[in-house]
Amino acid sequence: MTANIKEFPGTPLSEQDFAEGNILFNYDELRGHFAWDTGIAIGRYLAALKEGIILGARCTTCRKIVVPPRIVCEWCFRPMHEYIPLQDTGTVNTFSLCYVTWDVKRIEEPEIPAVIEIDGASPLHGIMHMLGEVDPPKVHIGMRVQAVWKPAEEREGAVTDILYFRPLQEV
Amino acid sequence: MNERVAIVGLGWVGFRPVTPERSYKELMYEAALRAYADAGVNPRRDVETFVTVAEDFHEGTSIFDEYVPDQLGAALKPVHTIGGDGLHGLAAAYMLVRTGQFDLVVVEGHSKVSNLLTLPEVTAYAQDPVLNRPLRLNTHFVAGLEMNRYLHETGTTREQCASVVVKNRYNALSNPSASYGAELTLEEVLAGPPLAWPLGRREAAEQADGAIVMVLASEDRARHLTDRPVWILGVGWCNDSPSLENRDWAQAIYAREAGRMAYRQAGIGNPRDQIDFAEVDDVYAYKELQALEALGFCRPGEAGELTEAGVTAPDGDLPINVSGGSLGVGHVLDATGLARALEVALQLRGEAGPRQLEDVEVGLAQSWRDVPTTSGAVVILGN
Repeated sequence: MTANIKEFPGTPLSEQDFAEGNILFNYDELRGHFAWDTGIAIGRYLAALKEGIILGARCTTCRKIVVPPRIVCEWCFRPMHEYIPLQDTGTVNTFSLCYVTWDVKRIEEPEIPAVIEIDGASPLHGIMHMLGEVDPPKVHIGMRVQAVWKPAEEREGAVTDILYFRPLQEV
Repeated sequence: MNERVAIVGLGWVGFRPVTPERSYKELMYEAALRAYADAGVNPRRDVETFVTVAEDFHEGTSIFDEYVPDQLGAALKPVHTIGGDGLHGLAAAYMLVRTGQFDLVVVEGHSKVSNLLTLPEVTAYAQDPVLNRPLRLNTHFVAGLEMNRYLHETGTTREQCASVVVKNRYNALSNPSASYGAELTLEEVLAGPPLAWPLGRREAAEQADGAIVMVLASEDRARHLTDRPVWILGVGWCNDSPSLENRDWAQAIYAREAGRMAYRQAGIGNPRDQIDFAEVDDVYAYKELQALEALGFCRPGEAGELTEAGVTAPDGDLPINVSGGSLGVGHVLDATGLARALEVALQLRGEAGPRQLEDVEVGLAQSWRDVPTTSGAVVILGN
């Protein structure tokens, strides 16, 4: 529709106007530095990742096994103190093909975020990570995947200790 | 409509300079668990709606309200997070019960300030970005300006302000939850390094981590749940001009108006006679004196003399900040007002341990949102 409009009313602004100081504006940058204490449950989760293990927690009331672990069951509000090592394999619950990066650059090869229901956890309980070693058009919901870990000596107790998940079978 | 509202559950964790063993979610959970056990309620079954108080910049997460339900037992329940002091949250929870739509409401506030590594820089972001922030001043300057004008207009002395520090930090020695108890002399307080003259470094509260949860109930529910309800007799809140250019620098107008609003509801015409004790804002020492005058406990210029005379000490006529206040307990950012109300509620329940006041029936809590704001709130509680 806008293509049919020959002239826009008003005075358009260009980058040049800002550069030349024709437009008055105020520039400032926030120095906000944070260091989040991971606490009991997430602290254990990260420590386990460093060992190459995906750790979940089990609620003895509703028997759900959740991942990442937490100290309280979201649904029962009962304490969770049973930690359970899970498989590093799972099933894609949902995914997306992202053609714009976090800092807004267009890319040819998409990034593929996915929620992966981890084997051993309750249905609908999965972790948010990335898919790799896969042709984007071939990714599908229900696809079986496995974690690709960083070499043990490079792991630091962070979610990035898993590089990505790759398909279990050739697709 | 529910006419009367009571606090029926109190839970808190802290208050300590650092809490590396717990995430903020786990701090909230622990405080919530204690409050629910105290009230004898199950959040999944009984609590109808939740209010939390948080400031995104303090948390380091935008849209922070998304991160509060699970650890409070509030998943799949109505929850809202407000930007304000803890007492604004308490006021919101109070109103939710008053509507008659809810009989059991929870309010939460916390501080994980130890995780915020650049607090002064973040606080500077509360300054007007075009008019004030380009001057690149540490935001304590606002307290310096205010204190200077307050001393000028009222004749209050620096020594009188320092006596607030001596009192509150000594009070904190009787509070196991307080982080900054100390036995200081006036000279030691005044000998501290200057911060924003006339304000000295030792007259500004240090920060602390912690979480506070309170359970509020309608009268009917309260009578079923507890035999020691703490009634909310009045709440008030107010904002003065946000502008540094044309606010009243000497007096805490926002505290005066918030107090009047709460007094009207509580039927209080003479606060000095009708209120037994109070917990007021003391994030900077002079603020306690300013608050006492704004709240009508005395005339402008008298609060310093009352403090020197020991009237506001725990064994005086009008005990103020028996908990230790922010100076003694630690400044818990957005949870500050809830920390003040917590002490008032504990005193009214007779559960304040070694610092328990005798024969108290009505107490007041007042808070301020810290520099550079002019917003504050007041709640009046009775047993």
